[in-house]
Amino acid sequence: MPQISLIVNGKPASADVEARTLLVELLRDKLGFTGTHVGCDTSQCGACVVKIDGMSIKSCTMLAVQAAGSTVTTIEGLINADGSMHPMQEMFREHHALQCGYCTPGMVMSAIDLVESHPEGLTEQEIRHGLEGNLCRCTGYHNIVKAIAAAWPLMHGKQVPLAAE
Amino acid sequence: MVVDGIGASVRRKEDLRFLAGRGNYVDDINRPGQVFAHFLRSDQPHGKINGIDTEVASKMPGVIAIFTGEDFTQVGGIPCGWQIHSKDGSPMVEPRHPVLAHGKVRHVGDPIALIVANTKQQAKDAAEAVVLDVESLPAVASLGAALEPGAPLVHDEAAGNVCFDWQIGDAAAVAAGFAKAHKIVKLDLVNNRLIANAMEPRAAIGEYDVSSGEYTLYTTSQNPHVIRLLMGAFVLQIPEHKLRVVAPDVGGGFGSKIFHYAEEAALTWAAARVKRPIKWTAERSEAFVTDAHGRDHVSVAELALDADGKFLALKVRTQANMGAYLSTFAPSVPTYLSATLLAGVYSTPAIHAEVKAVFTNTVPVDAYRGAGRPEATFLLERIVDLAAREMNMDRVEIRRKNFIPKDAFPYQTPIALQYDSGDYDATFNAALEASDYTGFEVRRKQSAAKGKLRGIGISTYVEACGIAPSAVAGALGARAGLYEVANIRVHPTGSVTVFTGAHSHGQGHETTFAQLVSEQLGVPHDQVDIVHGDTSKIPFGMGTYGSRSLAVGGSAMVKAMDKIISKGKKIAAHLMEADVHDIEFKDGKFSVVGTDKAKAFAEIALTAYVPHNYPIEELEPGLEETAFYDPKNFTYPGGCHIAEVEIDAETGVVDLLRFTAVDDIGRVINPMIVEGQVQGGIAQGVGQALLEHAIYDKSGQLLSGSMMDYTMPRADNIPNIFVGTETTLCTHNPLGSKGVGEVGAIGSHQR
Repeated sequence: MPQISLIVNGKPASADVEARTLLVELLRDKLGFTGTHVGCDTSQCGACVVKIDGMSIKSCTMLAVQAAGSTVTTIEGLINADGSMHPMQEMFREHHALQCGYCTPGMVMSAIDLVESHPEGLTEQEIRHGLEGNLCRCTGYHNIVKAIAAAWPLMHGKQVPLAAE
Repeated sequence: MVVDGIGASVRRKEDLRFLAGRGNYVDDINRPGQVFAHFLRSDQPHGKINGIDTEVASKMPGVIAIFTGEDFTQVGGIPCGWQIHSKDGSPMVEPRHPVLAHGKVRHVGDPIALIVANTKQQAKDAAEAVVLDVESLPAVASLGAALEPGAPLVHDEAAGNVCFDWQIGDAAAVAAGFAKAHKIVKLDLVNNRLIANAMEPRAAIGEYDVSSGEYTLYTTSQNPHVIRLLMGAFVLQIPEHKLRVVAPDVGGGFGSKIFHYAEEAALTWAAARVKRPIKWTAERSEAFVTDAHGRDHVSVAELALDADGKFLALKVRTQANMGAYLSTFAPSVPTYLSATLLAGVYSTPAIHAEVKAVFTNTVPVDAYRGAGRPEATFLLERIVDLAAREMNMDRVEIRRKNFIPKDAFPYQTPIALQYDSGDYDATFNAALEASDYTGFEVRRKQSAAKGKLRGIGISTYVEACGIAPSAVAGALGARAGLYEVANIRVHPTGSVTVFTGAHSHGQGHETTFAQLVSEQLGVPHDQVDIVHGDTSKIPFGMGTYGSRSLAVGGSAMVKAMDKIISKGKKIAAHLMEADVHDIEFKDGKFSVVGTDKAKAFAEIALTAYVPHNYPIEELEPGLEETAFYDPKNFTYPGGCHIAEVEIDAETGVVDLLRFTAVDDIGRVINPMIVEGQVQGGIAQGVGQALLEHAIYDKSGQLLSGSMMDYTMPRADNIPNIFVGTETTLCTHNPLGSKGVGEVGAIGSHQR
């Protein structure tokens, strides 16, 4: 069984994995990062999105061995040392963008990638299209879209006031 | 005045753990010594099991045990929780639903063998090595096929595949209404089959403690006590004190996690055989063929009208697909949760409905968000629109003309229910205004100028939530009570833990229920914790479904807090040397009326636990109370939803542009959470109307069996949603709340 090493949320980690083990299985079952969820088996739902070497990916679409030597950030890694949350997490709470919480980690990771990759700004339609890879069954997306729009100025450090509700 | 009490949009307590990735879902739990299960399932819709050869598989690496249907012949079948009687008085046909298939397989996904191994992959590998000899039998995959004369039988004891043939209402009164009709409109309607697809797939861990003989089941359930009752008493014969059921954080339910599933019983039973905790997590493709499906009704309806467009009588004949076995509440869905709602918001004087429930070689069908009420609403609103068209009347006008007027409450419908309160004109008018209904013609012309078609749809509805009282539910066939339980534990320093029988799987109970406590006891919101989902902690409970948690579970909390306050008054009277009748409790203080003497809630709590100066002869120490609340009636939310779409006639693409919902859900505790519930429900209704459909081919194979084939609504399928409320209070519960979990899905799925 191959042993692999990688960095998860800033700390080195290693584990023995079968060749067929998926990255999400490594994170959840071997390393205990259970914040990353599995919602489907066809790469449709996005509950397992993590950041790997700066790119957001569905961790069910990658073998664990392919992640050897990489740097991975999961939802747990977004919490600062003082316990405070990332602005995207804050805005999800502020705008009630989660209900059961199951899709939330993947949704937040995708949303951060969406905002980071659009320094020029995001329209509502762009946010909706940008969430193409993530399913939520609880919220109807309305509040997720609002939360992402509200997180954009916080993440880009521009003093754009939040749109009035 | 409490800032975090009723009416405040308090941000959710539970979000802190969910957003940090610290939720505690069943698959996140790992027990010491845990092993893994895989269920080998039928890939045939109908077949005779001639043999299951596990010899090679049982010698595969890591395999601990393999069980088949033969191992479960001594335990009970999976029970059904609701019994319907046919017109002729005979009880429904209730075939045995074995834990693992025995003798026959009856749908694709029917479990045949349980493989227990050291790892998930080893269990799956071994499943591949099990040799099945299953002889294919002809299958019936749809209502139509199952009801053909001479159709293959799903169960030998169910002649013609009929489970029951039921009726409600006054057929003679309906015939009289039709006899004097000016116009009769007729509608054939299919309510398409759906799959709930909560984002968290079902999962369970069965565990057995050899020393104590105690079983524990961790499961993705909306109602752990109901699972304990059904599985313990009916399937495995484990007494309650030796069976703990834990439903921790659950990732959405929408009805599909109400039911007792075979996997739960199989894992619990097997854990005692292998003496190790056994964990199973459904893959999504497995969920598609094992989670109970929803809807799947075919109806014919006729509405009789007089010359003015007043409804005279309605008759409805529905065929309802039960699937291959009776799931926990399946028989109640097309009958008492649907046909009884056929009055809707209208004063139709005579109604008669017949429901034929039918077995097919498909996954069992049971309650899905709204459960029967969306089916009734869809039928009613479609036939009302049709009537308007055929009578050449305006569809707004025909509705107004037939609404139950607001001064008619309490209103007895001709089919069993008595609505306690409502104002259908108020929600209707508010929705028409918010959607700018009068401006639609202008917008339609603008679309036409772009070469697009534009349409607007109106749906009014009433629903029945919080099935009750228990005695009535029992008379209608429920095999359980439908009360709710709350235990309020005030700690010595005045903080509070609430143990509720309701279960939160997205609804935000930890926040809203704490608001109730904050309001009534004057205790700060952050000093209140809500505990749910563990039969070892909570006295009892019926769980969360049918939009019942606040109206029934919240009312139980109010009743328990009334007892706390009553006891607190006695303690306060003693401390302040006053008559107990002169003690008033307000804003967290017990005071003597007409004086400035007062004791804070926390002082009374401390006195109760440190009873040095205490009326010990008359009063026990401590401050903890339990209430079981059995409601007097259902609650009846109602409202109006309006959807506006643009259609590209060349491609057929439908663009949902605007959605307006105005609902009367009684008293609102947390407006932010209410909006979220309505928006989420609407997305599911829109999904049913435009995207979702569980399709079986004629042979019984599920064609839309993955998220690549079954279209779930995505962010760009749903518009922004206007949510408004117009309130009339529920008249028979202490909160005045009616329930909000299902209104979104009930009002919205019209096509």
